Amino acid sequence: MAEATEVLTPDSPEAAAAAFGEGGDVTIIGGGTIMVPLVTHGVVQPNKALILADAGLEGVDQSGTTVTIGAMTSVSALSELDAPLGPCAANLGDSEVRDQATVGGNLCAVAPPEHPTGDLQGAFVALGASVRSTGAGGERIEPVADFLADRDNRLVLDVTYEQPQAGAFESLDRPHTHHPTPLAVSGARLADGSIQLAATGAAPTAVRLPSAEAEASDPDAAGTAALGDVRLVDDAVSSAWYRERILPVLVRRVLEQLG
Amino acid sequence: MNITVNGDELEVRSPGLTSLLRVLRDELDVVGPKAGCEAGGCGACTVLVDGAPRRSCLTAVAAIDGAEVTTVEGLGAADDLSPVQQAFVHYYAAQCGFCTPGMVVAATHYLDSGGSDDRKEIQEALRGHVCRCTGYVKIIEAVAAARGGNFDLTTTAEGGYTTVMTGDAK
Ligand SMILES: Cc1cc2nc3c(=O)[nH]c(=O)nc-3n(C[C@H](O)[C@H](O)[C@H](O)COP(=O)(O)OP(=O)(O)OC[C@H]3O[C@@H](n4cnc5c(N)ncnc54)[C@H](O)[C@@H]3O)c2cc1C
Repeated sequence: MAEATEVLTPDSPEAAAAAFGEGGDVTIIGGGTIMVPLVTHGVVQPNKALILADAGLEGVDQSGTTVTIGAMTSVSALSELDAPLGPCAANLGDSEVRDQATVGGNLCAVAPPEHPTGDLQGAFVALGASVRSTGAGGERIEPVADFLADRDNRLVLDVTYEQPQAGAFESLDRPHTHHPTPLAVSGARLADGSIQLAATGAAPTAVRLPSAEAEASDPDAAGTAALGDVRLVDDAVSSAWYRERILPVLVRRVLEQLG
Repeated sequence: MNITVNGDELEVRSPGLTSLLRVLRDELDVVGPKAGCEAGGCGACTVLVDGAPRRSCLTAVAAIDGAEVTTVEGLGAADDLSPVQQAFVHYYAAQCGFCTPGMVVAATHYLDSGGSDDRKEIQEALRGHVCRCTGYVKIIEAVAAARGGNFDLTTTAEGGYTTVMTGDAK
């Protein structure tokens, strides 16, 4: 590792935003469960590292029906929340990883192109959550799907969603804890009664399943329709062939639970 | 930076992004935690940081400046094994021994925080720990037994106690 790396450990959200500035040359370390091994093995050689451990960005705040989750909140702190987020968080990795892995790191999880990652993204997309981030141009609040499409050089501050009327989460099991879940579907019946569905493991980041949503009243038809919304890939944890057969099943199960 | 390792407050001179694992092994010569995959996938490097089990290979040392770290060395001594360590000896829960430091640390935390002898719960607590000798059955038996204390070291073959613990292989 480069001795020259400048390491910043801001002790407040404001100090973190100031230290991040416009990003660019700054490597953020949240829990470090992805980034620290990359640094150890020399894959990433940061000039400047921003360690968020003491930045005061953690915490789950529920006021009325609005839930706000700080970027440094651990995944384990979410596991008791209602579906889809709670069971999705409880399904991630193992207890030690969940204690260390953060929400911000999951939203910004990087993997080689084409390899899906970041399990929580699907639950947040289904919930219609919005992400508050800072960076060039100042603060931005936007739907999580927009954030995922344009997340370079942003410092995530928190994620907010409205408690849904109902939620559900279904996933394939992992063969070993060292991989994101091969395929998972999150669903929510939002406060206005509309149904939103999202999949992880079906594209490099989480994706909405609008064709399945349009058929929500018929779970079997919705399952088949979902295949039109995804780009399935082969990787070490599952073949595209297998994903294609399982996605409709997960969609059907989620819709049946949403009732 | 400073960290307290098994009760000793030590200065850390490695760069802040160095993993806690490398600080322990390469700078401070604390070699109980093992460098397996160094990517969080095996659990051989797990230590307690302020009482909670953490993969030391995933932890940048600057993120835990001032913390209390306990490694397997801090849980017992060769002539004064902790109940979990005794149970591992008694149940032959160490085969090649590489995963043992992480297993023992995680199992100790599990039991100290009130974990039961239920096999499924033990399995869940140790889920991030890989034993490539596949000696899981004996490991889980050992942890369950350590909960109940229902084993007796005197029935272990003489010398077995020390053969497991001697040597400071790096
Ligand atoms: C054994 C093991 C099992 C795992 N299992 C799963 C799994 O089942 N599902 C899953 O989804 N993931 C899994 N992971 C991957 C990882 O632990 C999670 O995705 C975790 O949520 C990442 O968060 P982090 O804070 O540790 O990320 P970090 O390593 O700190 O960061 C990851 C990326 O996000 C950036 N980043 C971090 N915080 C912020 C922020 N606030 N703003 C902007 N960018 C930021 C970093 O710069 C980096 O690019 C696993 C990892 C391991 C080691």
